[in-house]
Amino acid sequence: MSLLHFAVLAPFLFAIIVPALYKLIRRVHTGWFVLGIPIVLFAYFIRFLPLDPAAGPIVHTIPWISQLDIHFTVYVDGLSLLLALIITGVGSLVVLYSIFYMSRREALHNFYVYLLCFMGAMLGVVLSDNLLVLYTFWEITSFSSFLLIAYWYQRKNSRYGATKSLLITIFGGFAMLLGFIMLFVATGTLSVREMISQAATLADHPLFVPAMLLVLLGAMTKSAQFPFHIWLPDAMEAPTPISAYLHSATMVKAGVFLVARLTPVFGGHMLWFWLITIFAIITLFWGSFMAIKQFDLKAMLAYSTISQLGLIMSLLGIGSLALHPDYMHIDLFAAAVLAAIFHLINHSIFKGCLFMVIGILDHELGTRDIRKLGGLMGFMPISFTITLIGAFSMAGLPPFSGFLSKEMFFTGVLTAADHIGGWVTLIPIIAWVASILTFVYCMILVFKTFTGKHKPELLDKKPDEASIGMLISPAILASLVIVLFFFPNILSGSILEPALLAVLPTVSADVLHIQAWHGWNMELFMTIGVVLLGTLLFLGLSRWVRVFDYLPQTYTLNYAFNQGLSGMERISSRITGGYMTGFTRDYLTYIFAFLIVMTGWSLWSQEAFVWDMSTNAHIYLYEYVIGIALAVSAIFIVFSTTRLNAIIALSIVGFLMSLLFINFRAPDLALTQLVVETISTALFLLCFYFLPKLRKELTRIPLRISNLIISVGVGLTLTLIGLSTQGHRLFQPIAEYYEQAEALTGARNIVNAILVDFRGFDTMLEIVVLFMAGIGVFTLVKLRRSRRNDA
Amino acid sequence: MKFTDLILQTATKLLVFIILTFSVYVLFNGHHHPGGGFIGGLITSSAVVLLYIAFDAQTVREYLPIDFKLVGVVGVLLAVGTATTSLLLGQPFLTGHHVEVTLPFIGELELGSALIFDIGVYLTVIGTTLTIITSISRDE
Repeated sequence: MSLLHFAVLAPFLFAIIVPALYKLIRRVHTGWFVLGIPIVLFAYFIRFLPLDPAAGPIVHTIPWISQLDIHFTVYVDGLSLLLALIITGVGSLVVLYSIFYMSRREALHNFYVYLLCFMGAMLGVVLSDNLLVLYTFWEITSFSSFLLIAYWYQRKNSRYGATKSLLITIFGGFAMLLGFIMLFVATGTLSVREMISQAATLADHPLFVPAMLLVLLGAMTKSAQFPFHIWLPDAMEAPTPISAYLHSATMVKAGVFLVARLTPVFGGHMLWFWLITIFAIITLFWGSFMAIKQFDLKAMLAYSTISQLGLIMSLLGIGSLALHPDYMHIDLFAAAVLAAIFHLINHSIFKGCLFMVIGILDHELGTRDIRKLGGLMGFMPISFTITLIGAFSMAGLPPFSGFLSKEMFFTGVLTAADHIGGWVTLIPIIAWVASILTFVYCMILVFKTFTGKHKPELLDKKPDEASIGMLISPAILASLVIVLFFFPNILSGSILEPALLAVLPTVSADVLHIQAWHGWNMELFMTIGVVLLGTLLFLGLSRWVRVFDYLPQTYTLNYAFNQGLSGMERISSRITGGYMTGFTRDYLTYIFAFLIVMTGWSLWSQEAFVWDMSTNAHIYLYEYVIGIALAVSAIFIVFSTTRLNAIIALSIVGFLMSLLFINFRAPDLALTQLVVETISTALFLLCFYFLPKLRKELTRIPLRISNLIISVGVGLTLTLIGLSTQGHRLFQPIAEYYEQAEALTGARNIVNAILVDFRGFDTMLEIVVLFMAGIGVFTLVKLRRSRRNDA
Repeated sequence: MKFTDLILQTATKLLVFIILTFSVYVLFNGHHHPGGGFIGGLITSSAVVLLYIAFDAQTVREYLPIDFKLVGVVGVLLAVGTATTSLLLGQPFLTGHHVEVTLPFIGELELGSALIFDIGVYLTVIGTTLTIITSISRDE
């Protein structure tokens, strides 16, 4: 196990002791203990810089399930290192922020355990080489996201949002798993690196396109691409540090990461380009359009995140054409991938920063409804400055880093339009409109909140600047936004270039210089247009905001989701309700009918029935007597009219059986049968009190007929099987092996040796099941009693 | 249901100890002679059931303040724990071990992991049957 493996597992390991820390040391906020983990990991990962692209990735393997080609292989290349740095870097700031955001009265141990599990799983996703290991970590991120969204599980909306996100992302996850398995079938390996080396021949495989579609489904659900974006706004029920961390900076980037990671495998295929680009452009537009409509600031940021993810995805889609043999301008397309990677960093920074400020507003004022806010600039000058920086960066204005990646984005879409033509020409136009809308909601975010009229009558608390601890994290992120504008090239050589090479291994590194000033080119004119039109639209917002009223109000995607969900619940409950009647007698009917059909059928189809009495031992008179007594008491049960008589007759059958065992010299069986009979009779007498009158059941004729058929059927089948076993000796009897019991186990009692040694595994699981059944009875009785007390 | 049967109660007081002693004998004897954890557990349970029949539940609970669910838990853990121990020693799951010790006065004694496993079975059986019986009988 290498240090790199340990780095992935460290958050999980630390999560084990978090509850103890929380319980034992109540005076110190648990977050302070947790904070060390991401900081140490960040320091560890930053030591990998600068990566030498020529040396290839750093790989460590732990062999795990070799038969299935599953190994815990972690590897560091530019892309995974970039994501790992974001995960641990933003993670540190989020934990620091959460220390001041989360009250010490909350269930902090749960919060930090989930958070650490997420962090470890996310590191696992980006560092894993083996696709099935990656998938496992992928699903752990979904689960921890579920738990974190439902952190305030007392609220109905939290539970709804958590379930929704889980259902959608797990649906995509399963699709992705299928895609991975198809890739495994096509390539014979689960390792991403080996798949990439086979990429050239893979495209002709019949499973290539299905695998691509399924993997994309996974990436699109995770990264909230249209039409799967509907889970992200509802995920905003999570505490704000979580929204900043999972639902803007890291988890939703997992889909983007997957697309980038598999670009060397799928890229160059036109379908890959079309699917990603079209859905991403729709997402970009729709997210920015819907963001304007929102009154809740977090919902606005959620739609903005959706839109920005669409932007990054569309760049990856365009950039994948660098691998297409028909397009010669590799560097131009590679510039799009570079823009995607750069914007991924920028977005994590400015969106994390914005979420944290919105969290501060929520924390200090008790609301994030934009209609109640206004004129806060004077009260919260630092928060205002940070929001301004974050929002202007998102809008793509200088001197903030978002401007650089926005320009690069325009370059990317213009390149695509130039070289492909046709419908692709529409893409820059849609992108431009989406950018205008982005500008508008950024302005709403800043100016509707912080300028205008202060409305103290709508607020519960008096506005005041947040504590310094809460401001540190967003302030660091905001200063990064500015630093990256002036010095973008500190990133380019160290991390952007290796990341680009991880996505497009064949590209040369000439595209890498990022600069703010390109001269008076098309991109700049587009930005100027965005600012002018965006300002006009923002000022005239009240006139055109009624546009949203024309959107369908009932037949939305959410409506489809809710209807689909309740429809599935209805269908499944109808199916289940059809056979789960609540009557033990019905369940016994299924079991016995199955037994008759399956064993009777195989007895008949295999022609296994044999009537051979020649090898039987002599039957003595007293054996006849016991046999006849058995039969008589069994028949008596059937015809007895009161339950008490039936029970007594049944125990007579049992005791006669143990007599038979004694006769056949099986003292262990006889003893067991005797005691079981005693106890079950006692049990029967206890239950007796609660059972309905037998006579009522007996009068129903159809029931009696079906019971007759089943009991005769079971008796007949089992008798025939019992008789037939005499005539068949397919295998060497195992009895001779058991006779060595004393030599093998030191036990002279073979029955006991079988129970506790030869078949000890059976016994162990049997007593576990037995105990579970006991607990089940206990719970049912207790539930019944408490329900009766309530009523 | 409260009823007083003096003969049954007097006999029960005596019989319960005989049954309990016999059940422990059966448990430890199981290695070489008929018996074992399963039968032993059932016999012990039958002794407690006898108590429940002769006396009312209130009295039995007073004299026997045992949570039978806990007995079951201990039993399952003992059995699974014995099975897992061999795993910790680097051997396949459930590998058995036994040693023969000669003690003064008692004579030759055989100690094996099978016995501990059997005690686990014994406790689970007692815990389960009595959990079921007491919870049903209390539901009145």
